Amino acid sequence: MIPVNRAVYEIPARLDPESAEWLRVLGGAGPRREAALARLHEMLLRIAQREARRRGPRMLIAGPELEDLAYQAAADALMAITAKLSQFRGESRFTTWAYRFVVLEVSAKLGRHFWRRPDVPLEAEEWDRLPGRFGFEPARESEWRDLLAALRRAVDTELTARQREVFVAIVVNDVPLEALAVRLGSNRNAVYKMMFDARRKLRAALVANGYLDDDDSGRS
Amino acid sequence: MNGWSALDRFLRTDPRDVGCAEAMDMLHVYVDPATAGELAEQRYPGIAAHLRACGPCGEDFEALLAAVRDDGS
Repeated sequence: MIPVNRAVYEIPARLDPESAEWLRVLGGAGPRREAALARLHEMLLRIAQREARRRGPRMLIAGPELEDLAYQAAADALMAITAKLSQFRGESRFTTWAYRFVVLEVSAKLGRHFWRRPDVPLEAEEWDRLPGRFGFEPARESEWRDLLAALRRAVDTELTARQREVFVAIVVNDVPLEALAVRLGSNRNAVYKMMFDARRKLRAALVANGYLDDDDSGRS
Repeated sequence: MNGWSALDRFLRTDPRDVGCAEAMDMLHVYVDPATAGELAEQRYPGIAAHLRACGPCGEDFEALLAAVRDDGS
């Protein structure tokens, strides 16, 4: 008889003993597997709860909803881990590989949850808050007023419409990148790439106009 | 750090930056003390550059690092 999911249970040769044991037990069946799943779920849940509590306030979620999100993240991570056991190549310890799933689950779920609040701004542009976001002191406005005016001009003239939308949402309106990706039907990588290109263009514009130095040291 | 340098630092981009997808694919290797450990930044400069610049990935990195350290304590 061919073992079920035989490919899943091919254990990489260079694994540490603990990781090999995890793979062996999770790839098996019966009470030992059930016990290992319960233990792994407990470990994942502990991480999910800590991360949810740490990041929840920024994503406007708390209380039972946050606790529920942590449970969902741990459950979904466990499901993904068991489904992808064959993809574990022994590049790290098994638990480190497994923990990554729950950390990313918490991030994704918090990003989706952000928009459930009706009072989250997106269309409004809160340019007045920009100085505070970068720590510009109101008492020294005469020193930075022209710089931020030049930045705003560059945002309007140098960026594509999509880059401008992303820059304003993240930098001006303080929308978390993960949440913006959900709103745009995109993903973290694509939104980051748009911001990366926007940052490069804006800095080049500010350098060209003499507001920033064209070197690697930065202005203090 | 004043606002001027904070803005300058924020706008600077590192050409080695690998982006979110590659950084997250390799995060467990980058974090694991048995594989990369303290040499992670030297071994994976593109991931290190990304984690310095990307808030969400930086948070995931810190979260995974904390989970792994808890395991070892």
